[in-house]
Amino acid sequence: MKPPNNPLKVSRRHLLKTGAAAAIGAPFLNSVNFAGAAENKEGGPPDSPAPAKTVIEIWMWGGPSHLDTFDPKPDAGADYCGPYNEAVATVADGMQLNSRLPLMAKQADKFSLIRSMTHGVNAHETAAYLMQTGRSAGDGQVYPSIGSVVSKYKGYDHGYKGLLPPYIVLTQPHGRFSGEGFLGPKYKPFATGGDPNRDPFTVQGIIAKGITDARQQSRRDLLHSLDTLGKANPNSRDFKKLDVCEEKAYSMILGDARKVFDLSSESDALRDRYGRHSFGQSCMMARRLVENGVRYITITYKGWDTHKMHFNTMNQKLPQMDQGIATLFEDLAERGLLDSTIVWCSGEFGRTPKVLWNEPWKGGRGHFGACFSSLIGGGGFAGGHVVGASNDKGMEVEDRPVYPQDFLGSIYEKLGIDPEGTIANGRGENVPITIASEGKGRLKEIM
Amino acid sequence: MNISGSLGVWRQSLIRLLGVGMMGVVGVTEAAAEKVEGVEKGMPSVCFPYESGQPPGVATAIDRLVGAVLKERGIVSARPCSDEVFIRRVFLDVIGTLPTQREVVYFINSDDPEKRARLIDVLLARDEFVDYWTLKWCDLLRVKSEFPVNLWPNGVQAYHRWIRDAVKENRRYDVFARQLLTSSGSNFREPAVNFYRAVQGTEPEAIAEMVALTFMGVRTERWSENNRKELAAFFSRVAYKKTVEWKEEIIYLAPESTGSLMAVFPDRKRVTIAAGDDPRKVFADWLITKDNPWFTRSIANRVWYWLMGRGIIHEPDDIRPDNPVSNPALLAYLQGELVESGYDLKHLFRLILNSRTYQQSCISRSDDKYAAAYFACYTMRRLDAEVLVDALNGFGNTQEKYWSPIPEPFTFIPEDKRTITLSDGSITSQFLEMFGRPSRDKGYESERGTNPTEFQRLYMLNSTEMHTRIWRSPALQKIIAQSGKDRKATIRRVYLTLLSRRPTDGEMAIALAHFSGSARKAGVRGAVQDLAWALLNTKEFLYKH
Repeated sequence: MKPPNNPLKVSRRHLLKTGAAAAIGAPFLNSVNFAGAAENKEGGPPDSPAPAKTVIEIWMWGGPSHLDTFDPKPDAGADYCGPYNEAVATVADGMQLNSRLPLMAKQADKFSLIRSMTHGVNAHETAAYLMQTGRSAGDGQVYPSIGSVVSKYKGYDHGYKGLLPPYIVLTQPHGRFSGEGFLGPKYKPFATGGDPNRDPFTVQGIIAKGITDARQQSRRDLLHSLDTLGKANPNSRDFKKLDVCEEKAYSMILGDARKVFDLSSESDALRDRYGRHSFGQSCMMARRLVENGVRYITITYKGWDTHKMHFNTMNQKLPQMDQGIATLFEDLAERGLLDSTIVWCSGEFGRTPKVLWNEPWKGGRGHFGACFSSLIGGGGFAGGHVVGASNDKGMEVEDRPVYPQDFLGSIYEKLGIDPEGTIANGRGENVPITIASEGKGRLKEIM
Repeated sequence: MNISGSLGVWRQSLIRLLGVGMMGVVGVTEAAAEKVEGVEKGMPSVCFPYESGQPPGVATAIDRLVGAVLKERGIVSARPCSDEVFIRRVFLDVIGTLPTQREVVYFINSDDPEKRARLIDVLLARDEFVDYWTLKWCDLLRVKSEFPVNLWPNGVQAYHRWIRDAVKENRRYDVFARQLLTSSGSNFREPAVNFYRAVQGTEPEAIAEMVALTFMGVRTERWSENNRKELAAFFSRVAYKKTVEWKEEIIYLAPESTGSLMAVFPDRKRVTIAAGDDPRKVFADWLITKDNPWFTRSIANRVWYWLMGRGIIHEPDDIRPDNPVSNPALLAYLQGELVESGYDLKHLFRLILNSRTYQQSCISRSDDKYAAAYFACYTMRRLDAEVLVDALNGFGNTQEKYWSPIPEPFTFIPEDKRTITLSDGSITSQFLEMFGRPSRDKGYESERGTNPTEFQRLYMLNSTEMHTRIWRSPALQKIIAQSGKDRKATIRRVYLTLLSRRPTDGEMAIALAHFSGSARKAGVRGAVQDLAWALLNTKEFLYKH
């Protein structure tokens, strides 16, 4: 289905005019020179230090109901709030949460809510693309997700020397939408696979069961002595690149990197507080990755596409979500990491405020991009605030619409990446990192 | 293709042999093995196991044209490749599939002087040829359900089948192109119309950009605004409408086109198109003639690029005046052959594959930095993501876990399907994403990622999936079960299974030392697994060479 009248749609021609790509008019442009000249104008890190160094993104794939999480409407009646006819007060004035999120309520001074998110798109793919890139699909190029942009400006190109890749997904990639778009595979995330709630957490390629270090080393020696084609082509550039990748891979397989993934060194009490489930332990793992300098961490949190039997699923999921997110904020703050770590949490859209009670949904909620909620905290964002508002039933934005590019642009700004700078699109043009929205722009209220 | 008739005994046996299923693993007799050993002993002066002293076949027109340029520039070409290299290379290039151990031994042992040419004919007629080249065309034509193009699953199925039929019957390329350019009707009933749906945006300029890229190898982004508009005029009457059928879409000639249309072809010739005429047909009439170099140059260069790993114009879909043609006479020859043969792409395949130029070693003998650009050696390339994972799954008796982000209709993907047979670019797997399967966003050849990453390396070196394959591989289990006192025989079998060749003396010594040294405690099973792990991680396994 096509999104009706998308307010974010910007034509390619418009982009070219506003971006630094005006020179495109010349026929048979020399791409090499043009790209080289364009490089200087890119939106790299500014001179002044930015408050945020790293980002944790909790991606609620499928689209969580805003009414049943961050924008409770206990007075809207059972056709809207279902069984959740009470909300819980939080430590922040004027902020309420769904009553199944009591632990988060105690940490509400550490994060703010945006209750006026909007983009109007109700299809998973295009909505997820919007939330990850700040762009509408279909203008002829594929933009990188925020994680890949951060990986470009904060990763290996800008002096990153961490043990681990700068952009990591726990645990499953969310496909094209954590993707690198036109930036190319260098900026893809590393997806760990495995399950941090299991012992060992078998991290894809780094930690394997049943292969001792001695055997790893002896296999590596065997591989090198049998590298006949490599030895016959000592000058191959491809092979040299492959060898560099292999060195990096072994520094993770045999080096200290794997210790980062070992949760057994954490106290049982803290592990319990995060929750002994995949999501809770992923949150804890994210904190460990932050401590080890990883720049962008995505936790893929699946299971929010609740068309049918919605409330049963929510009763099961909300307590886990509550444990994981509340403990993450508390733990980051206790360790003094919250000031330099942005944590944000959102799905690609919300869910229809009006409950579908009839068959086959039996109490379900559909996709809803007109109005939904996102959470953001740390890294210089003020906590305890509510930005914007939805109307009494959560059907539409009543105040201060926030578009995906406003939200993402705010994160870029706190990281010291100029949201109004440009980025090379791989075919000799520079395009803006974010484009202006029809709303009031970035989240100045909490910055 | 007619494969019966007056075939020699050798060819019939090979067809019988090569026609069998690809997953079967058959033990090699010791007699056959000894004969392979003999090949090794015969050639001390060349780089065993990759090169051969004897030039294969006869020098062809291609070789003369390539040789002339090399001579002029003083570049020495590489030596001929060995039979072992040839069979692996030609299987991977032509059918995206590794040869079985049995096929390898049969081929290497054959005394038939024509065996390479015969093998090429056999491969061009195999089912996997159809699968593999359908995959390639689907990359270029952006066949995927959703995002950033929107064919939707039913459209994808119809379009994929149409493309597959065209590849299978080796449809004339001029006919194929004309059908794509000029079809009208429903996306379900006239599958070729999906050509106009597999594009981001339906405005005439977006269509023109896609058409120029696909059939002219040209990027209109590099043109002036005015030139882009001129080309777009030919697609200004393409109209789209929905029907009551879910996801059905009709492509038709816009009825409101009342006035006549002035248009300019890319070669600056002007044309007036009457009201009610389909400008796409006018464009196709201009494009698809033997005298229009835009058309034949692009496809002849692409075919060369596909097989040789480097275009005569490179990149093959970025043709422009300032992108040099490294060997103009060679390109002109291929264009001429294409037209003469009745736009028969398999004819071009056959010409290239049978040339000594194609059958060179990958080991360059020249320091000239343009040696590869003038085709003085075979260009090594990592196996395509799909081909690599098929090879790994075939070895490990494992299956790929596909997924598709398209929620409905729920896509059914049989788990035993080979990856090269996948129709829909939206169906993917973690492996395919990691190893650079093309996004089918724009249809650039460069969308296929071939650069190595440390994540790929981690996967190959130490992932659960790789350990599982090594553990479960029926081929390895059989080798372990059959292993006796003769460790050399065991090692040879592992080599033949994974690298399509026997080990050199040096490699044999290293492997034997590993068996009796660091792997002694792990027993034969452990040592065989170590060796298989090492060979799977060699450049020789990962790269077409």
